[in-house]
Amino acid sequence: MIHRYQLGGLNIVLDIFSGSVHVVDEVAYDMIGLYGELEREELLNTLTERYPRTSREELEEGYGQIGQLRAAGKLFTPDTFAPMAGQLKEKTSGVVKALCLHVAHSCNLNCSYCFASQGRYQGKSALMSFEVGKQALDFLMENSHGRRNLEVDFFGGEPLMNFDVVKQLVAYARSREKEMGKNFRFTLTTNGVLIDEDVIDFANREMSNVVLSLDGRKEVHDRYRVDYAGKGSWEKIVPKFQQLVKARGNRGYYMRGTFTHANPDFLKDIEQMLELGFTELSMEPVVCAPDAPSALTREDLPIVLEQYEKLAELMLRRHREGRPFTFYHYMIDLKGGPCIYKRVSGCGSGTEYMAVTPQGELYPCHQFVGEEGFKLGDVWNGVSNTAVQSEFAACNVYSRPECADCWAKLYCSGGCAANAYHATGHITGTYAYGCELFRKRMECAIMLEAAKALDE
Amino acid sequence: MTIKTLETKNLCESAKKGGCGECQTSCQSACKTSCGIANQQCENKQEK
Repeated sequence: MIHRYQLGGLNIVLDIFSGSVHVVDEVAYDMIGLYGELEREELLNTLTERYPRTSREELEEGYGQIGQLRAAGKLFTPDTFAPMAGQLKEKTSGVVKALCLHVAHSCNLNCSYCFASQGRYQGKSALMSFEVGKQALDFLMENSHGRRNLEVDFFGGEPLMNFDVVKQLVAYARSREKEMGKNFRFTLTTNGVLIDEDVIDFANREMSNVVLSLDGRKEVHDRYRVDYAGKGSWEKIVPKFQQLVKARGNRGYYMRGTFTHANPDFLKDIEQMLELGFTELSMEPVVCAPDAPSALTREDLPIVLEQYEKLAELMLRRHREGRPFTFYHYMIDLKGGPCIYKRVSGCGSGTEYMAVTPQGELYPCHQFVGEEGFKLGDVWNGVSNTAVQSEFAACNVYSRPECADCWAKLYCSGGCAANAYHATGHITGTYAYGCELFRKRMECAIMLEAAKALDE
Repeated sequence: MTIKTLETKNLCESAKKGGCGECQTSCQSACKTSCGIANQQCENKQEK
């Protein structure tokens, strides 16, 4: 499968099943599009007519070059992965390597667009006890088998509302990781309200990543991210985030925003983040019911797609000026990215990755928490709902019929099961709107890498 | 006529040695609301 597109002044050809990326001129772009559709002579005649300034000899040479790339497995590579898709995912069967610990089903902000219904996930407010968290960490260590790197995200609600337990759990994990041959990587996702020097010291010592929620412009952020009195949180949290990031040095963080129907022009919010001094950025489309006021509409789509292109242009400009910044969805390592196993298997929700509620229940991921039918089991007894887990285990990019003809399938691995479920009622469905955004993001990400490679 | 081929990971080759599972869980790092695996780093020491 081939995907051809033009962006940023470049003609780009992707060979989907080898992962190859080619940057070509207009004639080659056209020739690759016709290759296989027309016989050699007919193709050359067509292009001779279309491009009178290109000699026949040159066209013949180009035709030969395409044939060589095909023979070398870099163009028109056939799909050999479909038959092994199930086996690839089977490789990690029974291994848990990441947990999202919902240490607080409670929040000190009252954001109406929150997918977790103000942190309570359709339930009652609750904090995770140390005992439950410790059992979750034991469950993870015991079920991670040969896996060394284990990930734990402190999530909520607002995890800093249960900061003492977070600290105790990190101390417990650190006390066990050597003897167990494990390496814990912790992440903290926070709205920032409770950040103080103690939190900063702790986070910078123990967290390999910190995800900080900021929507960008003050008026955008304060539209949804308000306290229970309805007061916006922007002024309170921005100085705290700046202090934390400054103290963090080179350690990882993401300034993570959400864009909604109220700000499909989210590039302005990214520019605001840059003006505030942040350079590691993520901006996500809102996840909510389609009839919610914040939901992105069909009318928003062309605006959002254009914003992604303009964002790529801004990133390239700043890269060339020596003032680069990172956008989470445009990070792509063409030389060292994920192997085919990962590309087929996806996020691992319900198998490698699970969410733990304050009561110790296991769910396939944080977005399924509160959906009773998806409860997998608990941290004491492990997974008991093997029927649901089997559905997640069988989920891979080849199990989604809508992905069959999509060029982006090995970049997204079939998308988010929760988004698919909420959009279609099935975890093997697809969230078509999200797919459109994803494809644009990938085109932009690859164009950026191609432009940088050509600069070198 | 020009075709520039960028240096990329060979996916077909990775089918032989991949699947160690040491890489990050995709959703865990920042997004939490969408799946994309293209931006994950490979952590397979044997493969490199």
